[in-house]
Amino acid sequence: MDRIWSVEIMKKLNVDYIADAGKKAKGKRPWFLDNPEVEKVLSITMAVAGELAVARERLDTLERILESKGIMSRNEIESFLPSEQDAQERQLWHAEYLARIMRIIQQDRESLETAPDMNEAVEDLAKEFTKE
Amino acid sequence: MKDSDYSAQLPPTYDKVHRHEMFPETTHDETARFNFITNLNQHLSTVSAGNRLAYEKRVRPDFQKENGRDFNNRHEVNQAFKSDPYWQTWSALRRNTMEMRHQAGRSVVLRQINTLNKKAEQLNAGKSTLQLNPEIKSPRYASAVDIHCQPGGYHTEICEGDVSVGANYDSGIFVTTTGGVGPMIDGGGRAVAKAVQDKFPDFKPKRILDVGCTIGHNVLPIAQAYPDAEVIAVDAGAPVLRYGHARAQSFGVNNVTFLQADVENLDYEDGYFDWIQTTMFLHELSSKSIRHIMSELGRMLKPGGLLLQVEQPQYTPDMDLFEQAIRDWDCLYNNEPFWSKMHGMDAKKIMRMGGFKNENYMEFKAAAETIDGDVTKPAKAVSEDHGREALWTVFGAWKS
Repeated sequence: MDRIWSVEIMKKLNVDYIADAGKKAKGKRPWFLDNPEVEKVLSITMAVAGELAVARERLDTLERILESKGIMSRNEIESFLPSEQDAQERQLWHAEYLARIMRIIQQDRESLETAPDMNEAVEDLAKEFTKE
Repeated sequence: MKDSDYSAQLPPTYDKVHRHEMFPETTHDETARFNFITNLNQHLSTVSAGNRLAYEKRVRPDFQKENGRDFNNRHEVNQAFKSDPYWQTWSALRRNTMEMRHQAGRSVVLRQINTLNKKAEQLNAGKSTLQLNPEIKSPRYASAVDIHCQPGGYHTEICEGDVSVGANYDSGIFVTTTGGVGPMIDGGGRAVAKAVQDKFPDFKPKRILDVGCTIGHNVLPIAQAYPDAEVIAVDAGAPVLRYGHARAQSFGVNNVTFLQADVENLDYEDGYFDWIQTTMFLHELSSKSIRHIMSELGRMLKPGGLLLQVEQPQYTPDMDLFEQAIRDWDCLYNNEPFWSKMHGMDAKKIMRMGGFKNENYMEFKAAAETIDGDVTKPAKAVSEDHGREALWTVFGAWKS
């Protein structure tokens, strides 16, 4: 399906379909968790969970179409065995993927491990470097 | 024993929604996004069941310990729940899911806003059954906050001839109710039309008024059940009326006039209508306006005429305080400021405000009527999603 919007029409109507879609409802928003920052992370997590479901559904559609056209069967996916080379590439992908999403924990650990001069506070340095 | 037969509990997929001419188009991924949110709503109803455990195991005992007595009312329960971590998580998820649903709907609608507005313009052109009045302003009780977190409420127009809030509302009702109101999202209206036809076969209304109609989804089944009746559907919001009228044309329903008006000041003569209907309307008013509106509805109804109001159940004394408190959630946390007060009122007292007599009072339950053999028959409820279930209380009276 074609996207029906055009930049010209959106400008003319003064609509930003991306930002306006997420517009806040009028009225003060209630926060339920003791720490609103945690609630924001929950909200982002649920949005990402939703997008994973969307991607999963698209993949499911693709598999079913390919199967209906006789290009592959979904049993082939279930019984697929990676070659040694395939397996290596996949495990490497997993390792890289996990490192990417777990970066903050890696860095937290590094801050504990590393020598004190790796953890100097920038605030202190700012004072030090601005001294006349 | 565990019930592992999930098939009876799965909500219908979004492709089952009836695509009338005005319905916004959705891409594969937009449909999938609605599917996710529908399933999330279904899942959250099982999460909600845990609130009962939290209540019995710690919220209530803790309160009793601290105060040397049990809860006196739902307000005390609401207050105590605020510091319970289970309730907090459920609430944070539930609020967030409402917001996700609106973002999903608005992103679908706003990218095609120009097409939708033009379609409505074409379907509405030259029709005397759409009567807009730019002088009408949405009352404060309907515009001070965006009801059920729908950005822009029912009234905001972001450009000329706008229908976007109506289209967004239409796009998501199926998702919020997990398909419980059927593919045309009109299960409530169908339930009322069928109940009236079954209970009162001799009742042949000539003039019907539907108050607070929004996009008219619940008035169309009534208009279809009584095709010779003249039906007036009133709302204060122009975009929902524009959308609702165009939607009605695409269903081939031509006996409904969509009228933009102040429901507190409708200039119909005394006794003009045979049947006045409100559906999920009373809880969106205020203490002052409900009095005045009820008195107006009583005035405009013919002696021997019928007033019916569809609502979620009132908090009667036999409803336990836990259920009252859970049902109250929508008031404070889903932008329904009058919900708690209204549901705490005696329904007979509300009817008396319109001059109706206690001896003429009636009340019955109406479950969503979907179409025979329809695949989107409501999923078997795993546990009740209070305030969203497709089962309503209908109360009203004949005017003597």
